[in-house]
Amino acid sequence: MSLLEIEDLVVRYPGRGRRAAPFTAVDHVTLDVRKGETVGLVGESGSGKTTVGRAVLGLAPVSSGRIRYDGGEIHACTRTGRRALAARIQVVFQDPYTSLNPAMSVADILSEPLVAAGAGKARARGRVGDLLDRVGLPSDAADRYAREFSGGQRQRVAIARALALDPELVICDEPVSALDLSTQDRILRLLLDIQHRTGIAYLFVSHDIAVVRHLSHRVAVMRRGKVVEFGTCRQVTSEPAHGFTEELLLASPVADPLRQRERRERRRARRRTDVDPRRQGAS
Amino acid sequence: MSAAPARRASPLRAAVRNPLTVAGLVLLAVTLTALAAAFVIGWVDPSGPAKANLHGLNAPPGTPGHLLGTDNGGRDVLIRLVAATKATMLGAAVALTVAVALGVPAGLVAGYRGGWAETALEWLAGLAMSLPSLMVLMAIIAGLGTSMWISMTALGCMMAPAVFRLVRAQVHAVRRELYIDAAKVAGLGDARIIARHVLRVVRAPVVLMVGVMSGVAVTVQTGLDFIGLGDPSTITWGRMLSEGFEALDTNRLLFVWPGLAMVSTVMSFLLLGNGVRDALQRADTATRPRGRDRSPASRPVPPAVPGPRPKPPRPDELLSVCDLVVGYPDGSGGLVEVVRGATLGLNAESTLGLVGESGSGKTQTAFALLDLLPRQATILSGEIRLDGVDLLSLPPAERERTVRRTIAYVPQEPMSNLDPAFTIGHQLTEPLRARGVGRAEARARARGLLARMGISDPDRVMRSYPHQISGGMAQRVLIAGAVATEPRILVADEPTTALDVTVQSEILDLLRGLQAEMRMAILLVTHDLGVVADLCDDVAVMRAGRVVETAPVDVFFRAPGHEHSRALLAAVPDEGHVRPDYDAEAASAAWDLAYARKTSASPDRSLGGAGR
Repeated sequence: MSLLEIEDLVVRYPGRGRRAAPFTAVDHVTLDVRKGETVGLVGESGSGKTTVGRAVLGLAPVSSGRIRYDGGEIHACTRTGRRALAARIQVVFQDPYTSLNPAMSVADILSEPLVAAGAGKARARGRVGDLLDRVGLPSDAADRYAREFSGGQRQRVAIARALALDPELVICDEPVSALDLSTQDRILRLLLDIQHRTGIAYLFVSHDIAVVRHLSHRVAVMRRGKVVEFGTCRQVTSEPAHGFTEELLLASPVADPLRQRERRERRRARRRTDVDPRRQGAS
Repeated sequence: MSAAPARRASPLRAAVRNPLTVAGLVLLAVTLTALAAAFVIGWVDPSGPAKANLHGLNAPPGTPGHLLGTDNGGRDVLIRLVAATKATMLGAAVALTVAVALGVPAGLVAGYRGGWAETALEWLAGLAMSLPSLMVLMAIIAGLGTSMWISMTALGCMMAPAVFRLVRAQVHAVRRELYIDAAKVAGLGDARIIARHVLRVVRAPVVLMVGVMSGVAVTVQTGLDFIGLGDPSTITWGRMLSEGFEALDTNRLLFVWPGLAMVSTVMSFLLLGNGVRDALQRADTATRPRGRDRSPASRPVPPAVPGPRPKPPRPDELLSVCDLVVGYPDGSGGLVEVVRGATLGLNAESTLGLVGESGSGKTQTAFALLDLLPRQATILSGEIRLDGVDLLSLPPAERERTVRRTIAYVPQEPMSNLDPAFTIGHQLTEPLRARGVGRAEARARARGLLARMGISDPDRVMRSYPHQISGGMAQRVLIAGAVATEPRILVADEPTTALDVTVQSEILDLLRGLQAEMRMAILLVTHDLGVVADLCDDVAVMRAGRVVETAPVDVFFRAPGHEHSRALLAAVPDEGHVRPDYDAEAASAAWDLAYARKTSASPDRSLGGAGR
């Protein structure tokens, strides 16, 4: 059974000004995440992929459609219900510089969710060392401030915070796109390792199809608020059914000059044959 | 980011290090002593300030028994001055308490919640601010009597909108921060989020404003009493001023003492407010690098692993860098070297990829070539040869002229490199016009360039402002601007990092086409090895300020020579690796196991929401 089910989700923001048309960020999206599964959500900037994750977290308004979690509906959750969900759904954001309060120590950041969930302050503090250990940070990191760490280390702190309440699902919103290549590699390994150990599920939002392929069991491709293709990782990334997925795959450069040349030629051939609906020119 | 845990000094201790703050503290201590003394006088000898010595009217300062002399009623000036502190300070405290108690919560609610609450509060604040406060005060005093409590409460109400607006603006600035979202997801209630995450941001500016407003409250209170609108039964500095004013002919000093008291008190508030604000702000400031590679200093440079020494530059290279060392001041008088002996060569009409991780010095090297290093940076040693001429040996003006004529630059973030106030057309024709090209011809040339960049409707783009075009379009415009002068070298610093992959592939195609057509050499600074594989002929790998490997691109990807190059390539997500399909049974088993562990570890935990 699916852990998270998103059905016909629409997120619409009011337009700016009185007469402006509302902006539809997410347009009838349906997808699901099973227990212990990683579902990758790829798309370009403005495709609505981040908004889907935010709607699951209760950070974006659900205009219509349903979000079910473990059988219960959560899209119209009260604040109390939302707070109870904190122990089950967590998040790792893209930017490790603004997702951690610079004025708080790592121990404070990590014990905050535990204290909010009702654990005593002393007990919460006691878990900090364990959490740091799970994300591969030394225990003396606890007394330091988030601003003293590099991007990769900060992202580890953010992951530790997400794990503090032992959630079953973590929304990963571009968690590695602000990081260096080698740091990215280490963080991806860490996420996989955590999944193997705890059976946690990920909804992994990213613009980088190579990263998504590495991590996901299933992949959904989004474009202009809609899911254009949703299937197993192998099917979507090897035999894409939708033209846009193919375009994304061919545009993402591969670190091999020969194969990249071949890919470039295929991309050009493809462009010549079909009329690209997405001609540059529009803003 | 320092490696050692840099303990932050407590804000108070930091504040005390500032001499102006210390002066403020001393002045405040004097006022507070007087305040304490006023309470003692009120308790021991309530009639003391009114006691008159009719034998010594207008005694000069220093008269035995009367340190500051007596007034025209024979009353001791010092005792009266001290006793007046009480009413003045209490009045100010009332006004401040009211202002903060109304303004801060209202500002927090309006800023954090937004919506109708914000609109309503904003409207109220606007209304209060539009009233002439002095007239309102006089009306209140005329209607409700001269009680200091009432007039100071009214003053507080009129100062509250300023506090409200300040707090609201501050909260607005942090409301969208991701750490607030993360706190919401972590299950924190609004009250806790405000207390832990929002108040911290608000406190520094509020402290400063409280300092300023204390001064205002003291001054207004004194002023009201001076013009006789105060409570006649209490002594305040204002009343003493007024008495002194009446006796200006007989005893000038009577006017001076309360004035001095007022000025020193207001000064102490201002100085302290400033000092504490600065200290708090310093404690709260986050170090945040702006984009990739922009924070060369403060990153500890790991010791470079001595790799195979790069070959010395060949004479046929168009541009060569040899043993370049760039340093930045480290803040304590020394220098941090961010480029530590970089050597690389760029052949005519070819593309060199300069790769490395953030902090490796690749952007700094590119800036050195472009003569665009920030002022505080110094080139400590090395050579940059263009056509065999060492640029660093040229006088600065000539160096700049040569570089601008030969090398063009495409930045990482196209949007921040266009001026939002001018149309694209203006920004493209301006440099041409500055070189004496006529208006019509400049427009035609700009139009032609845009068309060459693959822009299908150049006229519309020419008329557009930067916010009206997409990031990919902006990058095309910047490339058009860069190649307008037909440079021989194009330095592109992560030109596609901020763009979507589909747009990136178009921009890379564009650069490839332009290179062939204009016979330029390109130096491409990037961290993306896929981009290198797509566009470059050669690769130079930087690490810790040094170039550790230079190789033709096919050699680099097939048989990387340096350990660091191999590590970089190994970190690229493997093309061939696809995650195997989801195994429902295994996942379910792992999940059940984890869930069992979780419930047994904390049986008291309530799992709410979806109702398991």
